[in-house]
Amino acid sequence: MAIWFAQLSVDRWRHTLAPEAGGVNPGEGADALPTVLIIETAHGPRIEAVNTAGHEAGARVGMMLADARTLCPDIQTAPADPAGDLDFLEKLALWSQRWGPWSALDPPDGVLVDITAAAHLFGGERRLLADVEEAFAQRKLHVRTAIAPTAGAAWALAHFGPPRAILGAEANGIQRLADLPVAALRLDTDVLTVLRRLGLKRLGDLAAIASGPIDQAEAAARDAIHRRFRNRKSPSANPLVRLDQLLGKVPEPLLPIVPQHAPLVQRRLMEPIRHRSLLDQVLSDLADDMVRELEAQRQGARRLELGLWRVDGEVTVRRLELASATREAEHITRLFTDKLEGIDAGFGIETVRLRASWTEPLGASQGDVEEAAERHGTSLNACIDRLTVRLGPHRVRRPVSYPSHLPERAQRWQPPLDPEPSALSPFALRDRPLKLLDRAEAIAVLYASPDGLPQRFRWRGNVHEVARVEGPERIAPEWWREKSTVRLRDYYRIEDAEGHRYWIYRHGIAGDGRGGAPDWYLQGIYA
Amino acid sequence: MSDTQTSSGANALQSLSVPFQSKVTASTRLSADDIAALGKTREGRWQPGLTDQPLHSEIFASASDGSGAGLALALARDAIRVAGENSDPLTDAHDRRQVLWVQDTRSIQRSGRPYTHGLPAELRDRLIHVEAKAPEDALFALEEGLRCRDLVCVIGEIIGNPRALDFTASRRLSLTAEKHEVPLWLIRLDAAPELSSARMRWQASCAPSLRPLWNLNAPGTPAWKAELFRARSHAPGEWILSNDDGRLHTRKRYKAPVAANTQGLGDLVRPTVGRSLAAYARA
Repeated sequence: MAIWFAQLSVDRWRHTLAPEAGGVNPGEGADALPTVLIIETAHGPRIEAVNTAGHEAGARVGMMLADARTLCPDIQTAPADPAGDLDFLEKLALWSQRWGPWSALDPPDGVLVDITAAAHLFGGERRLLADVEEAFAQRKLHVRTAIAPTAGAAWALAHFGPPRAILGAEANGIQRLADLPVAALRLDTDVLTVLRRLGLKRLGDLAAIASGPIDQAEAAARDAIHRRFRNRKSPSANPLVRLDQLLGKVPEPLLPIVPQHAPLVQRRLMEPIRHRSLLDQVLSDLADDMVRELEAQRQGARRLELGLWRVDGEVTVRRLELASATREAEHITRLFTDKLEGIDAGFGIETVRLRASWTEPLGASQGDVEEAAERHGTSLNACIDRLTVRLGPHRVRRPVSYPSHLPERAQRWQPPLDPEPSALSPFALRDRPLKLLDRAEAIAVLYASPDGLPQRFRWRGNVHEVARVEGPERIAPEWWREKSTVRLRDYYRIEDAEGHRYWIYRHGIAGDGRGGAPDWYLQGIYA
Repeated sequence: MSDTQTSSGANALQSLSVPFQSKVTASTRLSADDIAALGKTREGRWQPGLTDQPLHSEIFASASDGSGAGLALALARDAIRVAGENSDPLTDAHDRRQVLWVQDTRSIQRSGRPYTHGLPAELRDRLIHVEAKAPEDALFALEEGLRCRDLVCVIGEIIGNPRALDFTASRRLSLTAEKHEVPLWLIRLDAAPELSSARMRWQASCAPSLRPLWNLNAPGTPAWKAELFRARSHAPGEWILSNDDGRLHTRKRYKAPVAANTQGLGDLVRPTVGRSLAAYARA
């Protein structure tokens, strides 16, 4: 079911004229005068909406106010409020859920309600539409309604069809809709211009080309129009997609509107409070309740409003904004305590209400961490959180293996609680050192054996006498990601006379044409 | 006649066997008194595989070799193994708790980071590494790790003798470890053994590795010379420790007469029988 609020802005404006009476009646009071709702633009005020009298006087939507003034010098103006209109429309969409399980916004001035299998509750579709129009008439809102199997068809009928149109599921949709203008397809204005120039004015014209009986001329026209809109992916720019949506051949997802309830707790007090200490007590109770409420919704409060209703009819509101989503009762109480300085209790406060008007998702966390940790120890998550908060996220990590032969690339670091990346096959590297230096350190070879191995070398000022060697293990550079001048490495596991075990490598081999005599480096330390 | 005799003999055997078996089981499951008595006979000597592992040990080692980290890992694995054997097999079939390895930046510069391919296979995917900028941060991380019930042990590496790591700090660590029963092995690189409340303090250095079976010129299974110079419940001593086949072994300090049944196998681990090796070393 589509509900079109044909004059939403004007209706709202009439509401604001007499809010206590639910708005002035159409054509009465201020509405009897020609009035336009204007919006300020770079070229001066432009008309956003026009009431009936204004329409009769010649003012049109989209006109500049100056032009309208020349037509009707005594025209009245009022500022338009698009944001407020949208807000109002959201409320109407929620309210419309009385006729169906869910509804979607159709900005700027429509609401779509899904009434599948719900019409019989109101006595049939005809009675349902009557009920809708009556309900909105009581609220003094102009509506046009229609029921159709698809949202597109319902929208088209509501805007351009007869009042209270009902299109049954078994009826031939395109026959009933053929007389509607192409604007019923919810298209952009430039696309409408194109279609008008092509001579396609009715839905029937377009449908006949898109899916009519094939003869020679029809096929050529179909090809042409397919080609014309080939690259238009957005439905509102492609009349063929819109037509298919209207006929239900292509799905059209709608975004249902879901009400969000701001957590609200309140205390009605038997005896009006006149003293600050009692108010503090009530406040801390309220904060506890609020924390419980927020915890159930997994939310943290960003903005809190504390309302104090006094016996003598005064309301005091204190607002509080928090830097991050918070769910700590003590924290909230302490912050409000500062705000309550110098509050006037009058003859006493009878109701205190705390409302979280802005909340953000906040995952459950361990409450009262210190005390629980004293007793049972912390969980791994809490431990990681504390370490990360103090030391920084890049300092608490887990080493994971990475498929590469280069020793320093074969290990990567990732956040400690992330799942381990699945390797195609476990990458088994034999005899790797327990610890790897961040940067391989050059060693000075003092005496080399005839086969080129260092017999004696100096590292960090100490001379090491090599006693046992195993190697070489040749690790070639990764040619697919490194330059061709990168030298290969020959790794040796060595042990010196005192038992120190190291992993050293020769960077390149003599005569490989990639530099001079190869250097030796120490990269790893064995246990 | 003979039939009845044999049957009666068999009966007697069967009737005998029941108390005999029960006696065996009684001897395998020692009571607390027996353990205490055995402990006395062992003269309070430390040996691998003890059940009363201390919860805070310090290992002093040089930063330019891997003996400190190697010995700490070996001791930690020994403790994990012992704990796994003594725990109830039904409750905790497979311990997958994490190991926290805390290093300060200078010790990373001097002695490198743990390398996942060089770690023991059972710890390879259970390691969480913390890089602390200053010793104070490292101590904070150690303490937080000790408070965490989901960690199997904490290994720390702190270089030198920072002012933050005084007796008070080490006492804090000891108390936290004992309160939450998470063991800590703190590797002190290039540090002087100052006042500390660690329950066991080791001086570690590298020892020539065991000769492998096939390539005699290659470095073999790592071995460390470990000197226990202060311990609350054990007498001081000196051992050559190696972590062959996943278990911690002691080895004779110097060339010892090869046992008869291990001849021809090279310098492999001698089975420890009879009196303790530590006592031997002291003698």
